[in-house]
Amino acid sequence: MTVPTRRPTPATPAGSLPSGSFGAFVSAARAAGRLVVQPRMGMSDPRAMRAGLAATRAADATTVGTITIDSYTRVGDQAAARRALAEGVPLNGYPLVTYDTAVTRSVLDGIQDHTFPVQVRHGSAAPQDIVAALLLAGLDATEGGPVSYCLPYGRTPLTASVENWARTCELLARTRDHGAEPHLETFGGCMMGQLCPPSLLVALSVLEALFFAQHGLRSVSLSYAQQTDPAQDEEALHALRRLADVLLPDVDRHIVVYTYMGVYPRTPDGARLLLEESARLAVRTGAARLIVKTAAEAHRIPTVRENAEALEAAARAAEAEAASGRVPEVDGSGRVSEVDASGRVSEVDASARAFGPVPDTGIHAEASALVQAVLEISPDLGRALPLAFERGYLDVPFCLHPDNAQRTRSYLDTDGRLRWSAIGSMPLGGIVELAHEPRLTSSGLLGALRHVEQRFDAAALDPSPAHRPLDDGHRPPTRVALSEEGR
Amino acid sequence: MKVGTPVTPVQTPITEVRSAPGLKVIVSSVASDAHTWNLVFLQLLLEELGHRVANLGACVPDELLVEECRRQRPDLVVISSVNGHGANDGRRVIRELRGHPETAAIPVVIGGKLGIDGAESTDHAGLLEAGFDAVFEEGAGLASFGSFLRSIPAGVTT
Ligand code: B12
Repeated sequence: MTVPTRRPTPATPAGSLPSGSFGAFVSAARAAGRLVVQPRMGMSDPRAMRAGLAATRAADATTVGTITIDSYTRVGDQAAARRALAEGVPLNGYPLVTYDTAVTRSVLDGIQDHTFPVQVRHGSAAPQDIVAALLLAGLDATEGGPVSYCLPYGRTPLTASVENWARTCELLARTRDHGAEPHLETFGGCMMGQLCPPSLLVALSVLEALFFAQHGLRSVSLSYAQQTDPAQDEEALHALRRLADVLLPDVDRHIVVYTYMGVYPRTPDGARLLLEESARLAVRTGAARLIVKTAAEAHRIPTVRENAEALEAAARAAEAEAASGRVPEVDGSGRVSEVDASGRVSEVDASARAFGPVPDTGIHAEASALVQAVLEISPDLGRALPLAFERGYLDVPFCLHPDNAQRTRSYLDTDGRLRWSAIGSMPLGGIVELAHEPRLTSSGLLGALRHVEQRFDAAALDPSPAHRPLDDGHRPPTRVALSEEGR
Repeated sequence: MKVGTPVTPVQTPITEVRSAPGLKVIVSSVASDAHTWNLVFLQLLLEELGHRVANLGACVPDELLVEECRRQRPDLVVISSVNGHGANDGRRVIRELRGHPETAAIPVVIGGKLGIDGAESTDHAGLLEAGFDAVFEEGAGLASFGSFLRSIPAGVTT
């Protein structure tokens, strides 16, 4: 692993963002033409967590660090987290609330600084304690949202989650009084991880960002998780940017792509190919940041080494894509200069110009209709969001949460794109073409869930060069060889 | 509370007449686990095999599972967890179920991805000792689950 030469020094942060803030770091990297890559890393042992952050920082890539919280802390069961630590049961993340602030500070000390911001990722519908703990530890970047950390994450009523998230945003926003610029990322672009048609992901990501802004945040990112088809994803990301530009004009913002969040390829090469495809998608659509997945994804919590390898593989794929000429020149604000047919130079939005433009299949129109229907209920999203779900204007397919109407259905078409087969009460009549709903069976569902996994595992076995991961010499380490490495 | 019926019910084809009436099954996650695709899949699978399913959904507190078992008197409880806390949460909830006279005898199985280090590292013997009737971890295959199902008599606890 080489020295981190790829850290942008956010000396002149964009706009008025304080140097060293998460938003300023990302926009400096973006201005320098570098995709920020970030892991989903979290270990219960503080030493392993520190080693993970150190490896992220040292990776040959432009990185930010992550502390992912364990599931007990996510559901607010501090007693279970404490018991597990006492009994030596390893957790699936870092129990931030259970450890003393001094412990977390010692995890971060000398690693986190203005050239290496660290974000806390948690998955809680009641994140006040988690946010209080991260602020005490000297951090101010996190993620989630009132809908995205409620509906797919348990049984907390949506109204309670909205209330909790309003308090949480205020808690974060108060740090602005002391000169900080807290950053909050939506998780709305990932509902259920898979099989959610892109328009609803885009709409929820935008609505959560608006909610954050209404509750005092001035630096946000909007997420979108890679789905099943690159062209559909590209169209969705352009729609997301267009809506964010219109609805959040005065807020520092960037787009963050998540490498595939559904059932992941089982082979190391298949996993790598899917990761590389997500990195190219991010670069092509002008996203500023990518959150990666590792070769261990399908099997278990990844090691530090596997995380670092994923970060570097993603960075190489991003660089190759940027050098390929398929990407528009983007300045810090997301504008690109373009020469039109008559030779006139004009400024267009990066999102408006795709190389080999993807056809408009209506994602922007659908997402706009959803966002508009919610804003028409009430401009106050704290009020509008629960009502929108109650009325079924927003309705997430396959989501079992009691506050989700459960009258919509999506499916994976034979061409590999996600489509609606039932829209319930969502205001999409006349916009989407409804397909005949295939009968849902266990094998049909499993087939749809495993489509990406199987496609990439099959490609990994295909010997033709187009299907090889970038660095063909890459041999994944076996778990055995890593047992003492710490995680 | 709105539990169960999350997905379009899958009708058993008429031709598939069964001699056994099918089992009454509770499908459930554990308290800390939010994953639900596993639950939806298992519900569909069990229904296709002719069983009746109540799906309790994600993050089911121990008390809720015990309460639902007392109320519904299922023939079988299928616990599924993939977040890596399944073995730990499972050991705790099976003690509860085995500790109540009304639920002590209900067959209970657990499966999924039960620890954070991969399927090989889970202590299956410990889970069986704690009171589970069977453990089906990743790769163990759904076939053995199928034969286990056929060994469960219906209507014993009702
Ligand atoms: C989709 C997904 C999510 C979605 C879930 C949305 C939802 N509501 O369901 C989101 C993004 C929200 C999510 C969140 C998290 N996730 Co997740 N997620 C996945 C992912 C990518 C796919 C899971 C899936 O949908 N599978 C489809 C179903 C049908 O298959 P399955 O669950 O594997 O079940 C099969 C078998 O196991 C078996 N089976 C399962 N249960 C049972 C029971 C019995 C009795 C039997 C017979 C069989 C059986 O049947 C199924 C069909 O073969 C997996 C990784 C992967 N597999 O690629 C990670 C994964 C399960 N998640 C993981 C984790 C840790 C989390 C988080 C805790 C975040 C974190 N710290 O990283 C949070 C969960 C918060 C919480 N409180 O639990 C880890 C678990 C680690 C481990 N066990 O070692 C995994 C493996 C990823 C990883 N490598 O880190 N996740």
